[in-house]
Amino acid sequence: MAHVVKHITVVPSYKARTISDFVDIVLSRTQRKTPTVIHKHYKISRIRDFYMRKVKYTQQTFHDKLTLIISEFPIISNLHPFYATLMNVLYNTDHYKLALGGINKARQLIDDCAKDHVKLLKYGDSLYRCKCLKRAALGRMVTILKGQAKNLLYLEEIRQHINRLPTIDPNTRTLLITGFPNVGKSSFINKISRADVEVQPYAFTTKSLYVGHTDYKYLRWQVIDTPGILDHPIEERNSIEMQAVAALIHIRAVVLHIVDISEQCGHTLEEQLALYRNIKPSFSNRPIIIVINKIDVIKPEELPEEKKKVIAEFQAEGEPVLEMSTLTEEGVMAVKIEACERLLTFRVEQKMKTNKVANVANRLHVAVPKKRDDKERPPVVIKKKQAMVIDGESRKLERDIEQEMGDDYILDLRKTWMLQNEDEKYDVIPEIWHGKNVADYIDPGIMESLKALEEEEEARDNAHYYSMDESEEDEETREMRKVARKIREKRTILTIESGEKRRVEKSRMPRPVKRSRSVAQLEKDLDEMGVEIPKNADSHYVRAKSRSSSRPKSRSSSRPPLKRARDQSEGAVTRSKSRPPRDRSGLRDNAMIRKVKKMAKKAQKPRNHQAKKGEGDRVILNMKPKHLFSGKRKAGKTDRR
Amino acid sequence: MRVEKCFFCSSPMYPGHGIHFVRNDSKIFRFCRSKCHKAFQKKRNPRKARWTKAFRKAAGKELTVDASLEFEKRRNEPVKYNKELWQNTLKAMKRIEEIKARRQSHFIANRLKKGKELRKEADRKEVEKNIHLIKSPAAGLKQKKQMVEIVTERDVEEMESN
Repeated sequence: MAHVVKHITVVPSYKARTISDFVDIVLSRTQRKTPTVIHKHYKISRIRDFYMRKVKYTQQTFHDKLTLIISEFPIISNLHPFYATLMNVLYNTDHYKLALGGINKARQLIDDCAKDHVKLLKYGDSLYRCKCLKRAALGRMVTILKGQAKNLLYLEEIRQHINRLPTIDPNTRTLLITGFPNVGKSSFINKISRADVEVQPYAFTTKSLYVGHTDYKYLRWQVIDTPGILDHPIEERNSIEMQAVAALIHIRAVVLHIVDISEQCGHTLEEQLALYRNIKPSFSNRPIIIVINKIDVIKPEELPEEKKKVIAEFQAEGEPVLEMSTLTEEGVMAVKIEACERLLTFRVEQKMKTNKVANVANRLHVAVPKKRDDKERPPVVIKKKQAMVIDGESRKLERDIEQEMGDDYILDLRKTWMLQNEDEKYDVIPEIWHGKNVADYIDPGIMESLKALEEEEEARDNAHYYSMDESEEDEETREMRKVARKIREKRTILTIESGEKRRVEKSRMPRPVKRSRSVAQLEKDLDEMGVEIPKNADSHYVRAKSRSSSRPKSRSSSRPPLKRARDQSEGAVTRSKSRPPRDRSGLRDNAMIRKVKKMAKKAQKPRNHQAKKGEGDRVILNMKPKHLFSGKRKAGKTDRR
Repeated sequence: MRVEKCFFCSSPMYPGHGIHFVRNDSKIFRFCRSKCHKAFQKKRNPRKARWTKAFRKAAGKELTVDASLEFEKRRNEPVKYNKELWQNTLKAMKRIEEIKARRQSHFIANRLKKGKELRKEADRKEVEKNIHLIKSPAAGLKQKKQMVEIVTERDVEEMESN
């Protein structure tokens, strides 16, 4: 039923024990959604508005809730006749309509009541009066609802029941199965229903209804089994069951009446025929199929004469009689197909009777092309090529040879080579020559192209193409080049020397100290350059030297001293010339000096090991050695990584 | 069995040497040694690495267009083995190699000619400009003077005798 009627919200009952009772919901909502603080010294219009708002809000909430109930419950006259009948059977249409009508009336009354009290509130002249009017209004509304308590309960029950109704689509293709109990209805439904959908019992009036689904021609088919309703004669049914049958009649289904031929179900064939006749009038205008089941127990031909007559009577009914066995599955599919086909044709026929078909049919045109000629054009199917058939004796295979020769066998692939000269089969073929692939040179026309190349080469030789005009350098040029080389060498030497001079190794000395020129050097250099120097003593450069050497040793004799010499009388001499050097002071003799020196050296030894100058050398050259502060630490020491 | 060529440096790769790299578009790259392979992995261009054959060819250092270079190439035509053809081919290969070597060396010698000229010119200039480094302009002045004196004396004597 869920697909016919939308989801219905819960209908709250009037003052039930549950929390969700109607009055509590509405009044607490009013309390929550409207202002709650008011004082008597407020302006009267504000007090009136405060209470009017409360009344109106309560009325609106009641109104909305009731409207929801009325709109959500289905209107019976709008439903499919199947469901309409079903609703009538289940809930009694009159009662249902009265309940909904009552709710509607209550809604109207509440609206009126609220309107009256809002009007009265306009004349309220104190907070107390207004409050009393509000109380009266809400009280009356609740009293009105109290009158609907039973209706609300009833509707809530219906809502719960409707939600649980089976999903039967009255418009779809349906197979309806009838017959006495135990004739094999359920096993038939199990055989043809889809495996993934279980056959489920649904509450259907006082009895259950089994609905399964099956597929045929890519369509979905319902299969309905009604064990409680259609399996006994009409006389034995009560009124409710009668109405249920009436509901089923609204479904456009094919009826499968199943007959147990073996009479194992406890009913004779005659009884079954009577049941069929009993039911048949209910399903006039529906395709009916009589199915004879359990033919695995006894075949119709093997029946006694009187029973055969009954079967004949079944056949005489004018409906198709089929045979099947749900145990061996013999004929089950045939029954299904026959039933489905019959229903389909029946439905199509019915549709054809309506006006809509004519509209569509007018627009349809089926084109049948004319034959071009009488030539046959059958479909062409390409045949598979047949496997190669070898004529005569089969070839001697390599495998045979191997088996013949045993261990001496060596696989020889060359013997099948097809060459121009058979005797070249086993030649050793050169592949590489001097780092070149012979295969890259293989070309049938190689000799011709080589000839062309050689001719070209000869032509070049004749034209003296290769003779480099190595114009022999003449003597003069060679000499010139030799000189040039010498110049370069000399320049290199000069560059190096100059670099040596300029290199900064120690502090620069004043010029006179640094002087490294000498007469001898000058003479030598000049001699190399080809300049002859007269080696006599009156050359100007010789004189300079002689003058410096001839300078008198004592200054005092030639010139007066620049500074006055110190006199003994002037005071204590600061430093005695005879004072021993520091490393020897306080030492007695040479032996002692030697000993002390030895000791000093020994004391210095460990410091030397640490590359320290002395005991004052506390320099740490590398405060953070890279190898100790980078990289991962693994298992091991932290000082070496 | 083939002697392959290195993709990067074009040197011959004998069987069992080097590395083959097959890219996912099934192109095969062969490398004669790890140097070439690494250069390829670094996406170096063989035409720009000075030590490759590709550079030398592209930069005009070597003979590139010549009839003698046309003999060695992969011809995608299968030729059936024929002893005579193979022997001829081997003979031809020797001769082709000779001619090729001659032409290549000639090409290089030709290429180097220019430098020789330039060097000679530079030598000439060097001597012209820097001769003073090894030879003083004053060298031999005195000798010359003495020679002149002797000559003049001799002239005088001759004059006198005449």
